[in-house]
Amino acid sequence: KERTATPRVVMPQLEPGYRVTCNEEVNQGLSAEQALIEASRCLDCPDPQCMQGCPVAVDIPGFIKNVERGEFLEAAAVLKNTSALPAVCGRVCPQEKQCESRCIYNKMKKPAVAIGYLERFAADYERVEHSRHPVEVVRPESNGIRVAVVGSGPAGLSFAGDMVKRGYDVTVYEALHEIGGVLKYGIPEFRLPNSVVEAEIDGLRALGVNFVKDCVVGKTLSYDDLHTLGYKGIFVASGAGLPRFMGIPGENYIGVMSSNEYLTRINLMGAGRPGEDTPVLKGRRVAVIGGGNTAMDSVRTARRQGAEVAMIVYRRGEAEMPARVEEVAHAKEEGIMFMNLCNPVEYLSDENGRVRAMKIQRMELGEPDESGRRSPQPIPGAVEEIPVDLVIVSVGVSPNPLIPNAISQLEVSRRGTIVVDDATMRSSLSDLYAGGDIVRGGATVILAMGDGRHAAQSMHEALSK
Amino acid sequence: MNKIVSKEHFSEHVVKLVVEAPMIAHSRRPGHFVIVRAGEGGERIPLTIADADTERGTITLIIQEVGVSTKKICALEPGDSLTDVVGPLGQATHIEKVGTVVCCGGGVGVAPLLPIIKAMKEAGNRVVSILAARNSELIILEEEVAKYSDEVIVMTDDGSAGRKGLVTAGVESVIEREKVDLVVAIGPAVMMKFVALTTKKYDVPTMCSLNTIMVDGTGMCGACRVTVDGKTKFVCIDGPEFDAHKVDFDEMMMRLKSYSFETQKK
Ligand SMILES: Cc1cc2nc3c(=O)[nH]c(=O)nc-3n(C[C@H](O)[C@H](O)[C@H](O)COP(=O)(O)OP(=O)(O)OC[C@H]3O[C@@H](n4cnc5c(N)ncnc54)[C@H](O)[C@@H]3O)c2cc1C
Ligand SMILES: Cc1cc2nc3c(=O)[nH]c(=O)nc-3n(C[C@H](O)[C@H](O)[C@H](O)COP(=O)(O)OP(=O)(O)OC[C@H]3O[C@@H](n4cnc5c(N)ncnc54)[C@H](O)[C@@H]3O)c2cc1C
Ligand code: SF4
Ligand code: SF4
Ligand code: FES
Ligand SMILES: [Mg+2]
Repeated sequence: KERTATPRVVMPQLEPGYRVTCNEEVNQGLSAEQALIEASRCLDCPDPQCMQGCPVAVDIPGFIKNVERGEFLEAAAVLKNTSALPAVCGRVCPQEKQCESRCIYNKMKKPAVAIGYLERFAADYERVEHSRHPVEVVRPESNGIRVAVVGSGPAGLSFAGDMVKRGYDVTVYEALHEIGGVLKYGIPEFRLPNSVVEAEIDGLRALGVNFVKDCVVGKTLSYDDLHTLGYKGIFVASGAGLPRFMGIPGENYIGVMSSNEYLTRINLMGAGRPGEDTPVLKGRRVAVIGGGNTAMDSVRTARRQGAEVAMIVYRRGEAEMPARVEEVAHAKEEGIMFMNLCNPVEYLSDENGRVRAMKIQRMELGEPDESGRRSPQPIPGAVEEIPVDLVIVSVGVSPNPLIPNAISQLEVSRRGTIVVDDATMRSSLSDLYAGGDIVRGGATVILAMGDGRHAAQSMHEALSK
Repeated sequence: MNKIVSKEHFSEHVVKLVVEAPMIAHSRRPGHFVIVRAGEGGERIPLTIADADTERGTITLIIQEVGVSTKKICALEPGDSLTDVVGPLGQATHIEKVGTVVCCGGGVGVAPLLPIIKAMKEAGNRVVSILAARNSELIILEEEVAKYSDEVIVMTDDGSAGRKGLVTAGVESVIEREKVDLVVAIGPAVMMKFVALTTKKYDVPTMCSLNTIMVDGTGMCGACRVTVDGKTKFVCIDGPEFDAHKVDFDEMMMRLKSYSFETQKK
C-alpha cells in the first residue's frame, strides 16, 4: 500500500547541454537516500517474476531487501553470487526487456522497481568502499591446473573469475592492447566509465588471473601451442567483432566507416584528445545507420565530437529499435535527429572521394508476415538526397572468424558461430569451450557473462573427474 | 613492451629495427605483418615482418619515415621498447614452385618482398628481382635480395643507379625475353597498379601486397577494406596479398588519403 504508492526513483543525470560537451557519465547514480526509498518499493514477491526475466536469475528481492535494510555490502555480495559484473550490468542491461519487464508493478500499471539502478548502486557502493578500505584478498589455494581464456570481454572475464576462485591457474589472452573487450573499445565512457571496468580487472588480477595482451590466439599462439603450454581447458570468448556493411554503392568512400572503427578510434585509441596520435574524421552532418545500442553510442559520440547535426537512420519504426529505451531517451535529449522508416540506398562523394550526401529510401510498414511482424517496405519513388559528411554504419556484427579459421576441426554454424552444447558450453573439441557473442552472434553483456559462468562450471566438472 | 635489440640506418629516412618478440618470431611466415604502437598515446600501425630469428626470439622491421607514427618509431634506439607489438597478422604468402618468378619491390616495399624472395627461391623457383626507387639513395636491401635471386635488376627514376626508368619497363623487359610464371609486386599503390596493368597485357598472374590504413588488424573495424573482383575484402584478414589484376587500385589510393587532411592539421 504505502510501498506501492511511492513513485519510482528518477536517476540524477547531467544536463544535456553540458554533457554533449564532454565524455562524463550521463547517469550520476542514486544517492543512498534514493536507494533506500526505491528499495522499499520492492514487495519481496513470494514468486518473484523479475528473476525469470533476468537471464542469469539474479536474486533480485534478496539483494534489494539488503539495500532496504541499509546493508549495502551485503546487497553487493548477493549480486556477486550470480553476476560477476553487477556494476556493468546495472548500467547496460536492457532492464526494460528483462528483469524490470516482469516486475509485479507492471501488472498494477505502475513503473517497475528500478532494479538496474539499485544493482548499480550496490555494486558502486562496494567498489568505492573497497577502494577506501581495501579488504585483504585471499588467493585461493592453487590446484595447479592451467586453463586459457581467449578474449577479455564480459564472457572471458566472468569465466576467469569463476575459475581462479576454484583454484585454477588462469591466463587470459587478448588481441588488443587493452583488457575489457567491447566494454572498453565499444561502449563509451559517458555510459560505462573505464574506471568501472578497470576495477573489475584489478580485482581479477589480485586473485591471480594472468592477463596477456597483444596476443591473437590462432595467430600468435596456435591451438597446439596452447597444449604445449600445458593448458588443460580453453574457453573461447572472442566476440562478434566483424562489422557488417550493407553492400550499397559508395560505401567505401572516405567518411563512411563502421561503428567499430569509429568507436575504437575514439574509445580505445583516444582519437581527438591531446597527446593521442590516432586521427578520426569529424563530421558536421553525421548519419548513423541502425537502431541498436551501437548506433546510439555512435550517434551520441558524434554529437560529443562536435557534429552540428547527428542523426539516426533506421529502416523500421522507433518501437522496433533494439537499443535500450534509456539510450534512445538520452539521445533525444541531446538533440539527436531520428529518421525512422528510412533506409540508405547510395552514398555520393565529392571530387576527392569524400562522402557528401546519402540517398534515402523512405519505408512504410507492410502487412504483417507469417511471424506477425510488420516488415518495412520501400515506398515507390520516395527517395531523397540528404547532405552528410560522415556516415557510421551500425547494422550489426558477425562472429569473429579468427578462431574458427585457425582451428579447422572446430564445428561452426552457417552463421559462423562456434557450435556448443547448450548445457555445458563445450564445443566439438573436448577441451575447448566457448561462450558470449562468438556463440550467440551479437547479444548482450549479461548473456556473455552467464555463458562464462556456465562454461566455468562445466569445465570444472570435467577437469575434476 | 618489446625491446629493440639493434638499429641500422638504410638511408636518412629508412631504418631497420630488430625487436624482441619470441612468440611472433616462432609463428610468423613470409607475408605476415605486425601492428605496433610506440608510446602510450601511440597509434596502431602495420609493419611487415621482414625477417625473424627464432633462436634469438627477434623479428626484423624495416620502416620508412613518412608521418607522425613512423617518425616516432624511427627515433627509437636500441634498449628502448615498442609499447605494443601484435602478430603475426594476415595470411601468409602462398609459396609454391611455379617456375620463374619476377619479384618487384618499390621503395620500402622491398622489405616485405625480401622474405617472399627468399621463400620462392627455397621452393626451387628461378627468381628475378627488380628493385625500383626514385634514386640510388632509396634502393635498399640490394645485397640481401641478391643473395636469394638469380638476377637483380635495379631501376631508378633518375638513372643514379642501375637502369633509368620505371619498374614497369623492367618487368616488361623480362617478360619479353623469357617465360614468366608469376609476378609479385610490392610497393606504393600506384606502382602496383601500373605493374598490374603491364602484366595484364601479357596475361601473367600477378600478386600484390596491399598497404591500406589499418587500426586493429584483426578484422574488427573495416578500415582496411578494398574492392577485389567487385567484392569488399578486409586486407588484414583476407590479405594482405591479392590477385593484382582484380584489385580496385583507384579506390584504394583514394582511401589512403582518408586522414591526410586530419593528420596535416596537427
Ligand atoms: C558499441 C556497443 C554497445 C553495446 N551496448 C550494449 C548494452 O548497452 N547492453 C548490452 O547488454 N550489450 C551491449 N553490447 C553488446 C555487448 O557488448 C556484447 O554482447 C558483449 O560484449 C559480448 O561479450 P564477449 O565477451 O562475448 O565478447 P567481446 O566483448 O566482444 O570481447 C571479445 C574480445 O576478444 C578479443 N579477441 C577476439 N579474437 C581473439 C583472439 N583470436 N585472440 C585473443 N583475443 C581475441 C577481442 O579483441 C575482444 O576484446 C554493445 C556492443 C557494442 C559494440
Ligand atoms: C600490411 C601492411 C604492411 C606494411 N609494412 C610496412 C613496412 O614494412 N614498412 C613501412 O615503412 N611501412 C609499412 N606499411 C605502411 C605503414 O603502415 C604506414 O606508412 C604508416 O602507418 C604511416 O603512419 P604515419 O603516422 O607515420 O604517417 P601518416 O602521416 O599518418 O600517414 C602517411 C600515409 O600512411 C598511410 N597510413 C596512415 N595511417 C595508417 C595506418 N594506421 N595504417 C596503415 N597505413 C596508414 C596513409 O596512406 C597515409 O597517407 C605497411 C602497411 C600495411 C597495411
Ligand atoms: S543482471 Fe541485468 S537483467 Fe539481471 S537483474 Fe541485473 S540488470 Fe536485471
Ligand atoms: S517483481 Fe518487482 S516487486 Fe516483486 S520481487 Fe521482483 S522487483 Fe520486487
Ligand atoms: S584493420 Fe580493422 S578490420 Fe582490418
Ligand atoms: Mg599517422
